[in-house]
Amino acid sequence: MIKIAQLACGPEYSGIQKEIEKAAHMVNAQVIFPDVSYEYIKETTDITGFEAQSPGLQLMFARARALVEGLVEADAVFLATCFRCAEGALLKNEVRRYIQKNSNLPVVMYSFTENTKSDELLTRMEALQTIAERKQLLGRKRQEGLTLGLDSGSATTKAVIMRDNEVIGTGWHPTQAVIRSANKAVDDALSEAGVTINDLEAIGTTGYGRHTLGKHFNANLIQEELTVNSKGAVWTADVLEGEATVIDIGGMDNKVITINNGIPDSFTMGGICAGASGRFLEITANRVGVDISELSELSMKGNPKNVHMASYCIIFGIQDLVTELAAGVSREDVAAAACYSVAEQVYEQQLQEVDIREPLIQVGGTSLILGLNRAFEDILKIKPIVPKHSQFIGAIGGALLSSAFIGEE
Amino acid sequence: MLKVAIFPPNSLILSDLVERAGHEPLTIMETISKKVRDVEIDSPPLNITAEEPSKGLQYASAEAPSGVRGRLSVFGPLYEKADAIIALKDAPMNFGCLGCARTNEFLLYMIKKSGIPQLVLTYPKTEEEARSVVSRILAFLKEVEGND
Repeated sequence: MIKIAQLACGPEYSGIQKEIEKAAHMVNAQVIFPDVSYEYIKETTDITGFEAQSPGLQLMFARARALVEGLVEADAVFLATCFRCAEGALLKNEVRRYIQKNSNLPVVMYSFTENTKSDELLTRMEALQTIAERKQLLGRKRQEGLTLGLDSGSATTKAVIMRDNEVIGTGWHPTQAVIRSANKAVDDALSEAGVTINDLEAIGTTGYGRHTLGKHFNANLIQEELTVNSKGAVWTADVLEGEATVIDIGGMDNKVITINNGIPDSFTMGGICAGASGRFLEITANRVGVDISELSELSMKGNPKNVHMASYCIIFGIQDLVTELAAGVSREDVAAAACYSVAEQVYEQQLQEVDIREPLIQVGGTSLILGLNRAFEDILKIKPIVPKHSQFIGAIGGALLSSAFIGEE
Repeated sequence: MLKVAIFPPNSLILSDLVERAGHEPLTIMETISKKVRDVEIDSPPLNITAEEPSKGLQYASAEAPSGVRGRLSVFGPLYEKADAIIALKDAPMNFGCLGCARTNEFLLYMIKKSGIPQLVLTYPKTEEEARSVVSRILAFLKEVEGND
């Protein structure tokens, strides 16, 4: 059982402590609270110089210091403060930097409300558990044998067949009924690869439907998407050594993951607003009368600055775009503005919670939309790498990691 | 016997002083222990659920963090039912604290605008100041009792 150190302010008075512990329990992890003295808290405030007015936040920094100094042992860190607490947001980020600079502990941050439920925390806890317990597996750099990776995403289901470190078949279907969609994607991938399901030596599943598919396909590996996608991202971008940042904007959520030698060490996951997701771009495509696959070309012909958007919200943002279309703004400009809105929101809400390390790898279905790549380049002043098969990284990660189980019962 | 609210609301020293003066201190220890013993609720460690931050909306808007609203839902009623309030400002966290600076600010504001007889002092730094604080608290309680 791994130990996850909880450094937080407010969960007990928000009534969500039970949810945090429930999520940890579901991944067989134990939540611990580093014990520190009053004198140690005062000393930490003097050393760090961050004189937080809230004692709960001073305690948070002191607990982080106790972990870094080895006074308390833990395998991972869960850092959380109340959503909308300015002091908490400032200190939380500094604590995260302090831990990452001075230790190898994987960290995840979260801003909670009273409505936070264990299901929202599960993927994050599962990723912490995987990183802490399966470092050897995550360090894998080559795919071996003949394996299938399945990524059951919220919008689409992807299947990839790999043989001896090469992608030989892919399949893609909109996610409707989880198993039916997966069967179609797998059939397409098998057909392209020219193999049958009986030839496969291992199967790995990830994404929202990973447990259902894992059971259905008798998978060797069932793993959350944060670690699997990051593995697929660094493999496709050929950045298996050194540092990198992965931006993965999927159909209904987004993730930003920092990576060191192919293993994630910090990540954030959008969970408050759907405006920074593929769904926003899908609705935009619908509004401007093109298929989502055509939005890429259209967005590159437009100028986002010609459109006034007052909100990132999936409802009000679209309302802004509709108003601008009605006022005579071109479809191209609207498509470009939608891309800019998604990139800006990811920048403002997710990228502030990690320290960006180059190269920047952009993946997920939305990475094929050129206007979004351009928007990230404009905002971050870094040209993102969009690797081949960038929309299949979850399935590739599943195929790659599951090959470690070939020959095992 | 007066019902006397204190700030910080979990200060054992203030609570003890009020009790020695023959009055009933309104502390969060009592409120929380009632919650913790409630067998109907299973939300450790304090048995606070999402309902409390919602109840806290009567004190602060939805824009206030959930932890602030959750605290206010527990501490606010103590100040509302008090006959008198004694507050020590700028006390170190081991004297008693709520963990959250924003909640502290708001509670001090609530005390100020409540109109209830109140004594607001600054945490003493010397023994002499401490003796003066104790005498002023006892004199204040006597005075309020006399007026009651």
